[in-house]
Amino acid sequence: MILAWRGTLATIGLVLGLAHAAAAAEGVAVPSRSWSFDGIFGTYDRAAAQRGFQVYQNVCAGCHGVRFLAFRNLLDIGLDEETVRAVAAERTVVDGPDDGGEMYERPGRLSDRWPSPFANEQAARAAMGGAYPLDLSLIAKARPQGPDYLYALLTGYHEPPADMAVPDGLYYNAYFPGHLIAMPPPLSDGAVEYADGTEATVAQMASDVTYFLTWLAEPKLEERKQTGIKVVLFLIVLTALLYAYKRRIWADVH
Amino acid sequence: MSGNHTQPVFRNGLVRWVDDRLPIFTIAYNMVGPGYPTPRNLNYFWNFGSLAGLVLVLQIMTGIVLAMHYTPHTSMAFDSVEHIMRDVNWGWLLRYAHANGASMFFIVVYIHIFRGLYYGSYKPPRELLWMLGVVILLLMMATAFMGYVLPWGQMSFWGATVITNLFSAVPVFGESIVTWLWGGFSVDNPTLNRFYSLHYLLPFVIVAVVVLHIMALHQFGSNNPVGIDVRKKDMIPFHPYYTVKDLFGIGVFLLFFSAFLFWAPNMLGHPDNYIPANPLSTPAHIVPEWYFLPFYAILRAIPDKLMGVIAMFASIGVLFLLPWLDTSRVRSANFRPIYRVLFWVLVLDCVLLTYIGAKPPEGIYITLGRVATFYYFFHFLVLLPLLGKIERPLPLPDSITKPVLPRSGGLAAQPAE
Repeated sequence: MILAWRGTLATIGLVLGLAHAAAAAEGVAVPSRSWSFDGIFGTYDRAAAQRGFQVYQNVCAGCHGVRFLAFRNLLDIGLDEETVRAVAAERTVVDGPDDGGEMYERPGRLSDRWPSPFANEQAARAAMGGAYPLDLSLIAKARPQGPDYLYALLTGYHEPPADMAVPDGLYYNAYFPGHLIAMPPPLSDGAVEYADGTEATVAQMASDVTYFLTWLAEPKLEERKQTGIKVVLFLIVLTALLYAYKRRIWADVH
Repeated sequence: MSGNHTQPVFRNGLVRWVDDRLPIFTIAYNMVGPGYPTPRNLNYFWNFGSLAGLVLVLQIMTGIVLAMHYTPHTSMAFDSVEHIMRDVNWGWLLRYAHANGASMFFIVVYIHIFRGLYYGSYKPPRELLWMLGVVILLLMMATAFMGYVLPWGQMSFWGATVITNLFSAVPVFGESIVTWLWGGFSVDNPTLNRFYSLHYLLPFVIVAVVVLHIMALHQFGSNNPVGIDVRKKDMIPFHPYYTVKDLFGIGVFLLFFSAFLFWAPNMLGHPDNYIPANPLSTPAHIVPEWYFLPFYAILRAIPDKLMGVIAMFASIGVLFLLPWLDTSRVRSANFRPIYRVLFWVLVLDCVLLTYIGAKPPEGIYITLGRVATFYYFFHFLVLLPLLGKIERPLPLPDSITKPVLPRSGGLAAQPAE
């Protein structure tokens, strides 16, 4: 019986593990890093996520949209309401139609979503020489090992190997699938002046913006893990009681 | 067992009044109560039937609430799922429970099926019980496939395209069938709409077949690890013995489920499904959900498209014939020394098929996939019919309480050691 169970569990583990490994084995091997949101009790490092938002605002936002980000969501990474209202007001949002039937522009409000930098994909491609800057709302979940991959990509602009020709308009990146990426190296030391005085190295900014983008892709991660702890504690007690009850009821059969 | 349902006496007057006019309490008494005699030696592998029932109910409950917030339109489906994840109260829990619940359903049902294979639960007089189970499996597969299309991510779209295109292999009518399935000339809004409609309908069809499955079960009662017919004195009432055992099993199962739900909710999914569907950009590898990988491997193992599709459906079809393919009259593998080995070889073969299904069809994977596919059918179509003739089963005990095998604790003979 015990052996059969071990066999069953091993089989489940093997099936899930193999399927998972086979799915994740696409592309280039990405070094794994440790993040504050890892593990059973993981949470988002608020300071890092706020700095990452600053990187997004100053470096990425010119080309990349984040269409699932509502300004009010920024309260969740610890920015105060006044700051967030100011961030929203800096952006122009199209609203309407008004009583005259015209669309009009107004400053953003807390309830608005982050406006896209381009009207549509065609406009983006026309402006970017044919390349399409992806929306980053879900990017941390849309790649295998998402956060590790983002950090690796942002810090992966190295010299190409001697035998590799890099065409004009493309750049070598050690971690991009195929190694030729249309995005020029987005980060350079000091590209951002951090509000909290942290030194803005490429590695620091890459890590910070990864925190921001991971939060944006999975904003309910903390609620999920904390709910999980309560549920599991409850289930452990319940299951132990049911086991004791089962033993008692079965006592006369055994 | 069959025919000898008892009429319980209820002490509560109101219960008696209702039961006189509508015998729901008598039915419950005879279905899951003290009126249903059950072999006393069932091991924990017999928990997976009730677990499957639990997951089915959970899937229907979470699904109904998700449907209140989801929009089945190609331009809004993806965003409505993100709306559920971000703006609906506890929406993330509902969606992750539903998506991972599908995987849990297949884990539980696959164990349930392999339990049936090991202990010969498909043998007379339980052939129809087994066949109804295979019908449930087919319905589950259709439901899960259509459900995976609804978020309208890249894998949703391209999975739907690949699978529906399989029907184009049908001679003469292939193209017309595919157009009919799609409701147009490509996977598009009509396809999404009908998949949504059918994804909502089929679970209730599953419930109906589950009712038949349970009716067929109650006709002769559960099989058991020894696999012989059980005497009346070796029976115990379902309630309270198996109700409490099933409840304990549910606790353990929910802990396993929680590990995925709360800490690895995307592990069993594919990252590409967080990219909105784009008909102009094909993913590098189109992979189905993990529970379809063995069938996907069988499909791709055959170089001819039509034959591949036939082989894939035949891999399930062969299960319908299993009660007649297995010529041995001994049910439990505990008394079949050769079958017991072949059973585990089949398990490994299915694991291998799962692995191959996740790999691109190139190099060694093609050969391995073909060997594993061949063996799958060889097991059912050649080995099982022959084995019943040549294998010498161990002597069967008189009753389930007097096992002839050396015992190492517990009531029953030990499986798989």
